[in-house]
Amino acid sequence: AEEDFSWFDLTEIELLRVKCLPHTLDVLRASSLYTPFHIQLSHKTQRARAHRRFIELLPPESRNVEDSLRVRVSTEQILTLPELKANPFRERICRVFSTAPERDSLSFEDFLDLFSVFSDAATPEIKSHYAFRIFDFDDDGTLNKEDLKCLVNCLTGDGQDTQLTSSEMKQLIENILEESDIDRDGTINLSEFQHVISRSPDFTSSFKIVL
Amino acid sequence: MGCLTVEVALGLKSGALNASPSSGTYQLCVNLNKGHKEEFKDLFKFTQLICARARTGTWGSKSFALVDIATIPLNSCIKEGKKNASKLWRLMESVHVYREGNLTGFDLSEMLVLIFSGGIGKGESCLAHKALTFLFPNSQDLSPYDESIVHDSFHQLIQEQSQRAEAESLELQEWPPRDKGGGSQLHGAPQEYSSATLRILANMPSRTIGRSRGAIISQYYNQTVKLRRKNSRPLLRDMSRSARPSIRQYDLEFDLTPREEEEKRSLLVEELQGLTITQRNHMLQNMPLSLTEKRCLRQDIYIRRGRQRCYQISQTQLYCCSHLKYHCIIAFRSLWYGLLSGLYALKPWRYSLKQISGQFGSSVLSYFLFLKTLVSFNILLLLLLLPFIVAVQVAFPPTSESSNFQSFTGLELFTGGGPFTHTVMYYGYYSNFTLNQPCSSHQSSDHCPANAVHLPYNMPLAYLFTIGFSFFITCITLVYSMSRSFGKSYRVGSTLGVHAITVFCSWDYNVTQKWASRLQHDNIRTQLKELLAEWQLKQYPRSVCGRLRQMTVLFLVWLLSLASVLGCAIAVYSFSEFMHENHEIRTETISEKLQEARLLVLPLIVCIINLVVPYFYNVLAICEQHDSPVLEVYVAICRNLILKMVILGLLCYHWMGRKVKSLEDQCWETFVGQELYRFMVMDFIFTLVDTLFGELVWRLISEKLKRDRKPEFDVARNVLELIYGQTLTWLGVLFSPLLPVIQVLKLLFLFYIKKISLMANCQAPRKPWRASHMTTIFITLLCFPSFLGAAIFLSYAIWQVRPSRNCGPFRTLDTIYEAGKVWIRRLEEASPSVTWFTWIHQNLVENTFFIFLMSIVLLVAIYFNIQVVKGQRKVICLLKEHINNEGEDKIFLINKIHSIYEKKAVHQ
Repeated sequence: AEEDFSWFDLTEIELLRVKCLPHTLDVLRASSLYTPFHIQLSHKTQRARAHRRFIELLPPESRNVEDSLRVRVSTEQILTLPELKANPFRERICRVFSTAPERDSLSFEDFLDLFSVFSDAATPEIKSHYAFRIFDFDDDGTLNKEDLKCLVNCLTGDGQDTQLTSSEMKQLIENILEESDIDRDGTINLSEFQHVISRSPDFTSSFKIVL
Repeated sequence: MGCLTVEVALGLKSGALNASPSSGTYQLCVNLNKGHKEEFKDLFKFTQLICARARTGTWGSKSFALVDIATIPLNSCIKEGKKNASKLWRLMESVHVYREGNLTGFDLSEMLVLIFSGGIGKGESCLAHKALTFLFPNSQDLSPYDESIVHDSFHQLIQEQSQRAEAESLELQEWPPRDKGGGSQLHGAPQEYSSATLRILANMPSRTIGRSRGAIISQYYNQTVKLRRKNSRPLLRDMSRSARPSIRQYDLEFDLTPREEEEKRSLLVEELQGLTITQRNHMLQNMPLSLTEKRCLRQDIYIRRGRQRCYQISQTQLYCCSHLKYHCIIAFRSLWYGLLSGLYALKPWRYSLKQISGQFGSSVLSYFLFLKTLVSFNILLLLLLLPFIVAVQVAFPPTSESSNFQSFTGLELFTGGGPFTHTVMYYGYYSNFTLNQPCSSHQSSDHCPANAVHLPYNMPLAYLFTIGFSFFITCITLVYSMSRSFGKSYRVGSTLGVHAITVFCSWDYNVTQKWASRLQHDNIRTQLKELLAEWQLKQYPRSVCGRLRQMTVLFLVWLLSLASVLGCAIAVYSFSEFMHENHEIRTETISEKLQEARLLVLPLIVCIINLVVPYFYNVLAICEQHDSPVLEVYVAICRNLILKMVILGLLCYHWMGRKVKSLEDQCWETFVGQELYRFMVMDFIFTLVDTLFGELVWRLISEKLKRDRKPEFDVARNVLELIYGQTLTWLGVLFSPLLPVIQVLKLLFLFYIKKISLMANCQAPRKPWRASHMTTIFITLLCFPSFLGAAIFLSYAIWQVRPSRNCGPFRTLDTIYEAGKVWIRRLEEASPSVTWFTWIHQNLVENTFFIFLMSIVLLVAIYFNIQVVKGQRKVICLLKEHINNEGEDKIFLINKIHSIYEKKAVHQ
């Protein structure tokens, strides 16, 4: 519980950006004072790694620190990362983490955010929250039957021959709702989802992408 | 209007539902009947509780404002001598028929009854009845007459309150039009809801939280408020009325307008400033907001705080030297990061593990992680053994008695005999006197330098204590890691929701390869199909005939497997017997080399059994056709474990019983150490052979046959082999202190070989794996049969068996344990000042009563823990019941809202 939210305390990059603000050092002091040393160590190396990976995605002329903080990388390019290439939820992941108005590109901070959620340091609550957002295909705040259907199709593969039959699908969705829809309103909301996830200890170890 | 009724009922009812014995509110109701002095405070607590309940629950925000209206008059009713709420008081009087009592006191439980019964329509009073029986467990059945009074009076109350609400223009606001597509059909409620109802549902906080940023901010704002209140809350009665926490500020938001969101945000910033830094960091870390927003929040916090506090100080300091300073800091930091990335690369096997998990998922990864754990256990052992026993003995080698140097043929690498016999490898080499003693009786006393510093080192004692201590440490680490992994993977009172968990949690995001992900798709699909089939099987259970057949098959298969275990055991036993007798008869007639080779036959046979029988079990498992694949894995593990443990037990008996007697003139400890060494080397060789034939050749054959079917990596069997090897190491530590070195080397080799073979030959297992459950089971198996067995074996050897007469550190003693006793006696003689130590020894270690007492204390502690867990189970059951009730409530209320909107639509 003492872990710092490391991914976002002031990095050297941010130092560059906010060079002359008087409170910077104060922040710096406060953030590094309360974080155990070894945790700082591992997080900072991970952040450095993430930055390197991000720069690799940029066109060669803008591969420097200043540009890497300004430029947004389009989703298509993010999807070429080997870590995401084989993931059936890759479009959803990019969409959820993108802060651009059209939800189609990621800045370095979004990128960092993405991998911090998928890192070891993220708490199970954060992980399950983002998992929920990823699975909520229509972005309406609950998992309804359509969302569940999309989710199952993503899991089993999209091809016509690989999908479950419609009767199986119906049965499966009914069973899922039976098990997890506590208040019986026909959809699964965030807290119900988190309740289900909390019963599966494997979730945190599988909801992870190593950079 | 009707909607308001519902909402008030809903807010209060959900609060009242909290009034379980566990929450303390029920207690409060009882207290209120007894005395009236603490009433104000308690009632406030109660209101807060209601609000907290509604805030954390899944109910609409408007209900709150109404709760506010409904509860505040109650407060004022008490406080101001019932002046302002005379009508309310009349209502109270009218329901007072339930209980006799003085009317000057305010009976909260009656109020609850009111609220409960009011929320439900006259015809639907099941919940009200439930509530009544809950509140008045001893009362007789309530007459319908009483109930109707309750209803009437409550409706009156509601009417009054809603009039007030209208007066305060708290009309339900018109929802912005919002189209919502699917999911309209409600589970358990067959009718379609109108779009108006759906809009309300969509705006309930339970749904907005998963969607809008404003709702998240507002939720965390509420959390911080709660946290701050918990930190520093003055007594409520000490506060002026206006300063008391108003319920209105708690309300949850729908999709906020940007302005409202900004407001919320600044409130949150203010609240966060009030927290301590650790709390704030923790809170921010847990917020599911994007990095940019978090950073803005954080900067806001510091800027505002900076204005308040440290501008005067920091401004002057920072402006004069800012640029230089920052450049220095940045340069230093980048240097530091470079260093750190170097360190990161040093983390052992990071890349390999990533590769494995990327291609085979977390189940295969669990095997390699387990291997890593074993390596660390052995290194722990070595860290103790190497400096305290081996290094010291190497520094002071004993005067060699048998200096007949045997030729090295290469076979000794497998047998561990020959030139290795008289080395630090084995027990027999270690000396039985105090090393480095200045003028010891063992060494010639003519060179006895007077002023050199000497630290005497009692070898037997060091041997005994180091081994004992390392076992103790291993035991503690094992138990600790076991308990931790149990805590992680098993929750008290958790129910199964297999389908949901499979769908939500089964995708392994580690996977990075296209083909691996395709495989995972296939696996998940099969798994889902299997689950559905299983579920359908449960709905329509098999016929009696089918079940009988299955039972027969099960019985037969178990019989066969147990028989095979028995057969193997008998074979090993009779063979060892045969070898033993043969050894005594024909020792002279054959050459030395052959003699050496003969030693290898027993390990060879055991290893062949260990290799072949699991395959036999796999064939049996195919016949069995278990319903669930998980059960299949467990059964396979169980059978293999029985086999291995029986054989190891037999071997231990063979060594301790027979060999000790027959080898009295030689060093039996060294012999046992060598035997274990041989077993270990053989085990390693057979693992290699198995990898080669079981995986490589199998793959080549299947490639030849053009079947797209690579062999699977059998995690269970491989892990059991690891456990078996570790047991051998633990068994042999006493007799061969360097055995952990061999084990570490073996494990390192195994890691790379298994990895290469896995990459080249295997495919990911198709069985569903719950990796963390499996890890728990592996650790448990490592602890229970394996470590415990080894510990029992070693304790027997230390306490009961007579060490051999002519070798080893304990050659003069009757048992190994006597070394400790002798030392204590000597200590007593040498320095009488440490009598307390001997006293402790005599009274606490030797005395059975103390041990008896200790075990009683332990048992009591265990008993208490069991009771606590039982209690938790009960509480969980209660809470589950509450959840179910709330589910019922919600359906009812949704229906109510729906009907109200229907009516509205008809009117218009």
